Amino acid sequence: MKPIDYGTPAPNAESVVTLKIDGLSVTVPEGTSVMRAAVSAGAMIPKLCATDTLKPFGSCRLCLVEVEGRRGYPASCTTLAEEGMQVRTQSPRLAELRRNVMELYISDHPLDCLTCAANGDCELQNMAGVVGLREVRYGDTGANHFTDAQKDESNPYFSYDPAKCIVCNRCVRACEEQQGSFALTITGRGFDSRVAAGQDESFMTSECVSCGACVNACPTATLIDKSVIEHGVAEHSVSTTCAYCGVGCGFEAEMQGDQVVRMTPAKSAQANEGHACVKGRFAWGYATHPDRITKPMIRAKISDPWREVSWDEAFDYAASEFRRIQQDHGQNAVGALVSSRCTNEEDYLVQKLVRTAFGNNNVDTCARVCHSPTGYGLGQTFGTSAGTQTFKSVEQADVIMVIGANPAAAHPVFGSRIRQRVREGAKLIVVDPRETEMVDAPHAGAQHHLKLRPGTNVALLTAFAHVIVDEELLDKAFIEARCDAQAFSDWQNFVAREENSPEALASEIGVPAVQLRAAARVYAKGGNAAIYYGLGVTEHAQGSTAVIAIANLAMATGNVGRDGVGVNPLRGQNNVQGSCDMGSFPHELPGYRHVSDSATRSFFEQAWGVSLQAEPGLRIPNMLEAALDGTFKGIYCQGEDPAQSDPNTQHVQAALEAMECVVVQDLFLNETAKYAHVFLPGASFLEKDGTFTNAERRISRVRKVMQPLAGKADWEVTMGLSNALGYNMHYDHPAEIMQEIAELTPTFSGVSYEKLESLGSIQWPCNEQAPEGTPTMHTAGFVRGKGRFMITQYVPTDEKITPRFPLLLTTGRVLSQYNVGAQTRRTENNRFFAEDRLEIHPQDAEDRGIREGDWVGIQSRTGDTVLRASLTERVQPGVCYTTFHFPESGANVITTDNSDWATNCPEYKVTAVQLVRVDQPSAWQQRNARQHAEQHRLLTGADTR
Amino acid sequence: MSVTLYLPGDANALALGADEVAKAIVNQATQRDLDIRLVRNGSRGLFWLEPLLEVETPEGRIAYGPVEVADVPELFNAGLVEAGDHPLCLGLTDEIPYLARQQRVSMSRVGVVDPLSLDDYLTHGGGEGLKRARSMTPAEIVKEVTDSGLRGRGGAAFPTGIKWNTVLNTPADQKYIVCNADEGDSGTFADRLLMEGDPFALFEGMAIAGLGVGASKGYLYVRSEYPHAAALLQQALTVASDWLDGFEIEVRKAAGSYVCGEETALLESIEGRRGIVRNKPPLPAIDGLFGKPTVINNVISLISVPDILAKGADFYHAYGVGRSRGTLPFQLAGNLKYGGMVEVPFGLTLRELLYEFGGGSDSGRPIRAVQVGGPLGAYMPESQFDTPLCYEAFTEVGAVLGHGGIVAFDDSVDMVNQAHYAMRFCAEESCGKCTPCRIGSTRGMEVIERIRGGDSNQIELLRSLCDTMLDGSMCAMGGMTPYPVLSALNHFPEDFQ
Repeated sequence: MKPIDYGTPAPNAESVVTLKIDGLSVTVPEGTSVMRAAVSAGAMIPKLCATDTLKPFGSCRLCLVEVEGRRGYPASCTTLAEEGMQVRTQSPRLAELRRNVMELYISDHPLDCLTCAANGDCELQNMAGVVGLREVRYGDTGANHFTDAQKDESNPYFSYDPAKCIVCNRCVRACEEQQGSFALTITGRGFDSRVAAGQDESFMTSECVSCGACVNACPTATLIDKSVIEHGVAEHSVSTTCAYCGVGCGFEAEMQGDQVVRMTPAKSAQANEGHACVKGRFAWGYATHPDRITKPMIRAKISDPWREVSWDEAFDYAASEFRRIQQDHGQNAVGALVSSRCTNEEDYLVQKLVRTAFGNNNVDTCARVCHSPTGYGLGQTFGTSAGTQTFKSVEQADVIMVIGANPAAAHPVFGSRIRQRVREGAKLIVVDPRETEMVDAPHAGAQHHLKLRPGTNVALLTAFAHVIVDEELLDKAFIEARCDAQAFSDWQNFVAREENSPEALASEIGVPAVQLRAAARVYAKGGNAAIYYGLGVTEHAQGSTAVIAIANLAMATGNVGRDGVGVNPLRGQNNVQGSCDMGSFPHELPGYRHVSDSATRSFFEQAWGVSLQAEPGLRIPNMLEAALDGTFKGIYCQGEDPAQSDPNTQHVQAALEAMECVVVQDLFLNETAKYAHVFLPGASFLEKDGTFTNAERRISRVRKVMQPLAGKADWEVTMGLSNALGYNMHYDHPAEIMQEIAELTPTFSGVSYEKLESLGSIQWPCNEQAPEGTPTMHTAGFVRGKGRFMITQYVPTDEKITPRFPLLLTTGRVLSQYNVGAQTRRTENNRFFAEDRLEIHPQDAEDRGIREGDWVGIQSRTGDTVLRASLTERVQPGVCYTTFHFPESGANVITTDNSDWATNCPEYKVTAVQLVRVDQPSAWQQRNARQHAEQHRLLTGADTR
Repeated sequence: MSVTLYLPGDANALALGADEVAKAIVNQATQRDLDIRLVRNGSRGLFWLEPLLEVETPEGRIAYGPVEVADVPELFNAGLVEAGDHPLCLGLTDEIPYLARQQRVSMSRVGVVDPLSLDDYLTHGGGEGLKRARSMTPAEIVKEVTDSGLRGRGGAAFPTGIKWNTVLNTPADQKYIVCNADEGDSGTFADRLLMEGDPFALFEGMAIAGLGVGASKGYLYVRSEYPHAAALLQQALTVASDWLDGFEIEVRKAAGSYVCGEETALLESIEGRRGIVRNKPPLPAIDGLFGKPTVINNVISLISVPDILAKGADFYHAYGVGRSRGTLPFQLAGNLKYGGMVEVPFGLTLRELLYEFGGGSDSGRPIRAVQVGGPLGAYMPESQFDTPLCYEAFTEVGAVLGHGGIVAFDDSVDMVNQAHYAMRFCAEESCGKCTPCRIGSTRGMEVIERIRGGDSNQIELLRSLCDTMLDGSMCAMGGMTPYPVLSALNHFPEDFQ
C-alpha cells in the first residue's frame, strides 16, 4: 500500500555516475545518495531517520555501509554516490553495528507493539525485524522515557506520545522543510532530547498549523492520527484528489471497507508532492456528518415543511415546475448555477442541461464572483483564461510577487512551497493591504510588503509599469519577438505619463514612491520573476484591469513562457478552473468558445441534437435582478450557496424569495436551501468518480471510496433531472462524459480516463500537439498569437470613504475554515477558528472606544451586521478586515453590488463602513437566526435526517 | 621616571585576587608618591606563582609571586619599584626554569605585552606576518602555511594548509573564517591564555587566513564560560579595526555546550540554530557557514600563522619531529605540583613533561594515570609515559594528543570511576542527534554502575557498546568517548574486577 521510500529526495541533475552496490553496477544522477542508489540496485538499506521527502539527516545510524577505500562506516543517506565507488550494504560487521544500534533504540522503547496504534505501520518495528534484533542486553532497569510519559492530546486530529519517540527529528524537519512553520523543535540534549511544540507548549497552543506533515513523517506511533488510534490501520487505499482549494492535492484515502481511516497526501501527486494542510489532511469528517441530507425533498412554498420523496418524484416535480415557468414566463425564465466544487463531468452536464433541456444560456458559476476577471484579463492579453505555470515552477523563481492573496491561509500547500523557495534565497514581494502570514513567515519573510489602500491595485501595477519603462527595465528582445508592436507602443506611451509615476500615485496608493520603485526594480531585474495573485486582485471594480496590468508587467519584463516565471491566479476552489473550462459561463461553450460563434454553435448543436441560442444568457447578478423584476422564476443551484456567498445578502434573499422554483443540490441544508422548493441531496468527493482541474490546469482523478449516501452521485442527479425535463442523457460512468468533453473541446481532446490512469494527472491543453499535456503555457508564442499590451487607466472605485463611512472593509480567509464553511464548520476545525471576527487597528478602535472582544456594529450603505472586534496591527489604520466563514456573521450583508466593469465580479474587497460599539446582534442577524430556526423546524418535521 | 609594573588581568589571576592586589599596589604607590605604570598583562601560565607581579628593570623583568594583598606593603617596603629583594622575588622572569626551558613561539607575547596595546604588539614582532601576506597572492599564502607543516591544533590535527587550499579553490561570492575558541576540554586553557594575553595575534592569524582564501569576514566563537576573554577581545577589536583594514571580525558568545566545539555544530550555533552536528561531507571548507566555503581553525592554529608568514615556513617546520611540526602549548593540570602552560616543540616525552615541568604529583604519590587530549582522550599508564609527544606516536599507542591538555592522577584514582565519568560526560554533553551517543552514553553509565556493583559479566557488554559508539557515532563526541573508557579497562583491568 505504501509507495517505495527511497530515503533521500531525487537530485536535480543531468549528469550521471556509475557505481557498484553489492557488486551490481548502477548508474544514477549525480547527487544521488548511496541509499537511494541502492534502491535502484534492489537493496533496501535499513533506515529510520531518512525518508525521501526530507533532506538527509544521518542520525539513526542504521544505514551505515562500507565503501571500498574509505575508513569507517559512512551513513548511506548522507554519502553521495561517486563514479567508481564500491559499496557494500551487507557484511557481518554492518549487521552487528545495526543490531547493536537497534538494541539501543529498543532499550528506551515500550514493548507494547501488539497494543500500539502503529502496529502494522511502524518503521521501528519493521527495522527491528530487518536487522534481526533478538535480545536487549541492557535489561529493563535503566533510564527510559516511557514510564512517566505524558501524552499531548490537545490537537483534535493527532496525538503526541513522547514515550514512543525515537528522536529521528523527522517531524521537526518536516515542519521546517515542508511546511515552513518551524513550530517543532527538540528540547533538551543527549538522552533528554525530546520533540516539543513551540517553547514546550501543547501542540494546540503552539505555532503548529496542523498540516499533518509531522504526523506523516513520524516512523512510530509518537505522532499519530486519532482516527488510526480509534480504528486501526487501513486495509486498502484509493488515490483521489482533495475537494478543498485550487491547489488540488493528491491524497491516498486509507480505508477500512467503506470507512475512511485517514487521508494521507500522495508523494506522487505533482500538485502537492506529499504535503497537505489541515483541511485536506484532517477535515474530511463532514462527509458523514449527521447534518447530511440523504433523501430528496420537495415543498410547494418555502414556508411549508419539507416532504421526503423518491428521486423520481423530486425530478418530476422540479421538471414540471421548470416547464410550467417556461410556459408562463418564457424560455429564458429559468437558469442554473454550476458548482466549482463538483467534478468537471458534473459541471459539464449542468451547462449541457441548461443549453439543451432549458434551451437557453442562463448558466453561470461561482467563478463569476471570484476569478471571472482572470478569464477576461488573461484571455485578452495572452489568449488563455488560465495560469501559465505548474506549481513546481516556483522552485526556479528568483522573485515571487504575491498580490492580493494569502496562500499561507487559502492555498497552504502552495504557500509552503513559496516559503521553501524564499528560504532558499528568492525575494518575496507581497502586495496586500494587510500584513498576511506571508509577510512575516519565519525565515521566509517578504523583502517588500507594499501595504496599499484597498482598491488601488491598478494604480500600483501601472506605477510599476511606469518604473519599468522610465528606468529602462524592459525586456526589449522579448517584446519585439513575442508581442504586438502597436499595442506595446501605445501602452508604453500611456504608462510613461507623469500621472502614472509612483510619485504621482503614491498618496493614492498609500505606499511611498521609493518603495514602489524599489519593488518594481526587483520584479523587473531580479531574475526569474513569477506573479501569484488571488481574489484581492479580481474582486474589485477594476478587477479585470488589474489582471491585464499584471499580464502587461510579465510581458514587459519577459517573464512569460518558461519555468520560474509567469502569471498565476490562485484559484479558490478545487474545481473553479474546471467549471470555467466546462462552459459554465452564459457566453461560453466548453473550451471558452463564444456562443455567438456560429461554427462552434453548430458543432455543439450537431453533437447535442438541439438548437442553441446565439445570445449570451444571464450572469448570476442579472438572474437575481431579473428575479426581482419578475422575469426570472426558476433556478437549479448545483453545490452553490449564493445566499451566503454572493454580495448584498438581503438583495439575494429577496431575489430567491421572488422565484417560484429554487432547486438546491447540496450536501447540507445551506442558506440558499432555506429558499428552496426542491432539495436534491449531493454527494461528497468521497462518493463519486470524476476529475477536478486545479489552478495549474491540472486534471486529476477523483475516485469513489464509498457509495453515495443518498444513492446518487451528482452527475447522476443532473442526468435524472435532464431526463425528467425530456432531454435524454445516458452515461454509465463519468469516463463517458469525459470522452464527450474530449470530443467537443480541442484543449481536452487528448484527455481520457485511461491516460489519467497512466500519467496520474494531465495539465491542459492536452491534444495532438501536446499528448501528455502542457505544464508551461505560451512557451513558443502566446496562444492568441502576439501578446497584447492593454491600457490600464486607473479609475478609483465609487466605494469611497465618507464622513459617514470613514473606514474601508476588506475580506479574506483563514487557514482552518474554508469559504462559506459548509464543510469545515462541520469538523473539529472549529476548534481552531470558531467565529468570524472584525480586525481593526488599535488606533481606529481607540477612536471609537472599542476594546478587544467588544461587539461592533459594521454599517455600510447596503446593510449592517455585528461581529466581535479583534485589535491588531496586521491591518493599517483606516482599514478593517473580516472573514466570511460563518453564515450568521452576515459579512455579505454589508458588501455592495459594485462589480467589475467587464465581468460583474463583485467588489467584495472594498466596502466603506462605519464601526460602532453595540450590545446586540443586528436586525438582519436576529431575523436570520429566527429564519434559521424556522427552516430547521420545517426540516425536522420532514424527519429526513 | 615612571616604573612599569605588570600584573596579569586574566581569568586565572583574577580568581586568585589579582584585582585586589592591583588596587593595593596603586594605593601603596599613591601613598608613597611613587610614579608607577601598572600594566594588566596576560598570564605567563605559571599558575602556582599567580598572581605573578613583574617589575621592569634595565636588566629585564623581575618577578614576584604568588603575591597576595597582604604582601603588597612589604613588597613596597622592600623597594619593589627598584626590584628590591624579598622572599617572594623569583629573579628575572625569563630565567625561571619552567619558562626558560620552554620554546615559546606561538605564545611568545602572552604575559609579556599589554593585550590592549597595538603598539606593544607591533613592537614585539606582531603584524609582520600580515604585512608580508598583503604583498603575496592567496596561493602563495596558502602554500607557505602548507609548507610549514602546521596541523590543526584543536585536536583533529588536519593539515591547515590543505584545508585553506580547499576553501581557496571553492568559488563563492562570500567566504568566512571561523575561529573555534570554544575551548571546552577539561584541563585545557591555552586558547584562553592567548585570547586574554595576545588577542591581536589571533586577529592577525584570521586576517591572514582571510587573505589566503578570499574571505572578508571572520567569526570568533568564544566559549561562554570565558566572559573575560570575550570582553577583552571585543575591546581589542575596537583598537584593531583600522589595522585590520577591511577584514571584519565578529565575536560570538558560544552556546554553552561542549558539542558546539565540534566544527559543524559550531556552524549551526553561529547560524542561530541548535548546536547539533552536521554530516560531513559536505565539508565546511566547501559548504560551511551559511552554506559558504569556510575555514574553521582553532585559536592555536590561527596564532601560529603570523609567525609562519613573518619568518617563513622553514622557520616553523624546523621545530618538531616527523609529521608533527612546530610547537604545541601543552597544558598541565590535575594532580601535578606545577600546573601551567608549557610550549615546546613536538618530540619531548610525556614523562619529561610530567616530571621536569610538572614536578611530579602534587600529592607526592606516584602518578598512576594521565589523561591526554581532554575528556575524550585515553588514560595512559606509567608504561606509556615515555611515548614522545607527537601525533604519530600517540596514535600508535591508541591515545590522542588532542588540544594538548594533560590531566594527571596519582595512585588513589579509581579507574572505574574515571570510565564512568567519561560516559557521564558524554551523557551530559551529547547533542542527542545520533543514537549511539544519545542512548549509548546513558546505557554506558548504567553498565559501568553494574560493574562497580560487582557484575563483571557486564564488561563484555561495555566493550560491545564502546565498539558501537566508536564506529557508529556521527562525531568525535560519541566516537571518542570509548577512548577513556577502553583505555581504563585495558590498562587498569584490576580496578574492574
